[in-house]
Amino acid sequence: MNCRAVALLLLAAVTAGVALAETAETAPVVIASKNFNESYILAEVIAQRLEADGIAVERRFGLGGTLICFDALVAGEIDLYVEYTGTLSQAILGSPEVTEVDALNELIADRGLAMRSPLGFNNTYAMATPRAVAESRGLERIGDMAAHGDLKVVVSHEFLERDDGWPGLSVAYGLDMPVTGIEHGLAYQAIAEGSIDVTDAYSTDGELERYDLKVLADDLGYFPEYLAAPLVRTDLPGPVLDAIDSLADRIDAARMQAMNAEVVFAKRSFASVANEFLVAEGLSEVRGETGNLIRALGRNTLQHLKLTATALVGAVIFGIGLSLLVFRKPMVARAVTYFCGLLQTVPSIALLALLIPLLGIGMAPAVLALFLYSLLPILRNTLTALTTIDPTLIRVAEAMGLKPGEQLRHVYLPLSAPSMFAGIRTAAVISIGTATLAAFIGAGGLGDPIVTGLALNDTNLILQGAIPAAVLAILTELVFDGLERWLIPASLRD
Amino acid sequence: MSDCVRFENVWKSYLPDQPVLKDVSLALPTGATTAIVGESGSGKTTLLQLVNAVQEPDRGTVLVFDEPIPEDPIRFRRQIGYSVQGAGLFPHMTNRENVTLLARLEGWAENKIAERFEALLEEMELPEELADRFPRELSGGQQQRVGLCRALMLSPRLLLLDEPFSAVDPITRVGIYERFREVQAQEGVSSLLVTHDMREAVKLAQMLVIVAEGQVAQAGPVADVLANPANDYVAELLRGQLE
Repeated sequence: MNCRAVALLLLAAVTAGVALAETAETAPVVIASKNFNESYILAEVIAQRLEADGIAVERRFGLGGTLICFDALVAGEIDLYVEYTGTLSQAILGSPEVTEVDALNELIADRGLAMRSPLGFNNTYAMATPRAVAESRGLERIGDMAAHGDLKVVVSHEFLERDDGWPGLSVAYGLDMPVTGIEHGLAYQAIAEGSIDVTDAYSTDGELERYDLKVLADDLGYFPEYLAAPLVRTDLPGPVLDAIDSLADRIDAARMQAMNAEVVFAKRSFASVANEFLVAEGLSEVRGETGNLIRALGRNTLQHLKLTATALVGAVIFGIGLSLLVFRKPMVARAVTYFCGLLQTVPSIALLALLIPLLGIGMAPAVLALFLYSLLPILRNTLTALTTIDPTLIRVAEAMGLKPGEQLRHVYLPLSAPSMFAGIRTAAVISIGTATLAAFIGAGGLGDPIVTGLALNDTNLILQGAIPAAVLAILTELVFDGLERWLIPASLRD
Repeated sequence: MSDCVRFENVWKSYLPDQPVLKDVSLALPTGATTAIVGESGSGKTTLLQLVNAVQEPDRGTVLVFDEPIPEDPIRFRRQIGYSVQGAGLFPHMTNRENVTLLARLEGWAENKIAERFEALLEEMELPEELADRFPRELSGGQQQRVGLCRALMLSPRLLLLDEPFSAVDPITRVGIYERFREVQAQEGVSSLLVTHDMREAVKLAQMLVIVAEGQVAQAGPVADVLANPANDYVAELLRGQLE
């Protein structure tokens, strides 16, 4: 009997082990991109290249910036994304003196990461200005800007923050004009409308030619090389690495600029531009467009609802539970409310970034962030309601012999319900709005088309996320209206 | 006839060295209405709260129906009806739900609840159609009568009334007094009425207790107190309010 039990256990363990090994073997390669078009295209090129070799991939495109991608890679949440040598050495490693791929690899090897052979182009930063402005002001080199303190310089947020961006550049060239930040995708529109004079650009941007912009010469050689290369986890299987390496030196700057322009101006999808390139290189079969607008809309909306509903249910349970625990202790109640208020002041993208080391990317950190944002309205409304109930009613409830639980169920909770409900409703609407940011950490939802649309400066695409999100918010209001009428007795409604 | 409530050398203070009750000893008769009359701050409400264990004495003993107040006050409180100024009806419940709440929690059968509820409505002369309205749809006097129904639902042996009639206008009040006296007789319940209104006390009570500054100024049958005030304070109080 005992022997049989042990044998059964062993069998189960072995089966589980085999199953685990199998899933590890067949687990898709998770490919990420940052949230600008070139990164999407390169990620899609790699994804289709792997798929052409029969390797399963999972796309986590549009993550919100360099650090989110890198942290996710270190945490093993993703397996690879395309990084630039200059970004790796300066923004990530803080070692600007290291520029060669081999030397960089020595610095990241102990984290289980490796940069593979560069793809073939240098996408360095450039300062761009409309040709007309350049001519009227006599701007040829970056240093010429120093004489024109009234130039409206607006640069992307990342460029504004990075040591190798504006802070270093302004020192190197002695530039002291005021500068502000803007979403990279919007900068070209702003410069085309003439509302800004100078912005940062990537030297492979398709927009440079389209908007007739002049790239100011970097005569001091300030900007380092930014060679695009796949940054991967070294635990990827050999065939995957081989497939990635087959792309080495295949994309030069002109080709990259052309692909960027195809996406930005011809409004073609990343997938079709990537496929056209791979077919031309003989690295993949021709394939048709997959997915359509309605299906994507449905998928995004569903994911959006899943994110907000999960967070909201958690916040309702936790928020109301916590309120019930602390409302009889005014000091604790106040401390809890202050703490939740404090959470509210953390900018959402910062909160998401802070959560990555703890929870990685994807659903979990997005839900947690939304949960934290939903807490305050629920908690504050519930606590206020519970602590402002007519003291006579509380005295009566106690004196007539209601047990503490009965007091809660028959007096405290129903009397607080309208205010509690208003709090939940506020939290729901805020969550639906905030959840669009979840796309930055690969959690999907209606933020996906918004983030991609921002990267491409594609209003159409932005609206594909923004309109359903607005509709969801209105529907939520209506649903809560109905729920309120159904749940809350007429005598407590006003 | 035993006493329904007995205070023995009771002391109580909320702030250090400021006793609201100073060595109070008092016996209240069963089956009658006792009125405790005093000005605000005299300690009369504290006396009431000691009876249903909302407050505990610092020193001394409170006996209710000859028993000390038990550790777990829930069962005990349900045997004591409680009615307050302004009725204190729960606004989210209908009048029926307010009155029958305790009976439902006690697990009474539906038909027993309905029977008792209708009997109480009748005793209080409340029209049947008010049953399923909410308290705020009722006049102050009607609310007060619903409050009395709630206090009486479980047929308590003792009724505590904390200035229940003071928010009702004087004309309505006369009607409620009459109802209360009849119901009191019919239900055979002992009542403890706290009030600052001597006229109300004289109309409703058989036993009168006058408290001042945390002590009993005089206690006895209403007629005795009226005829023989124990001291100047009582005499002044009677003269001031009754003439």
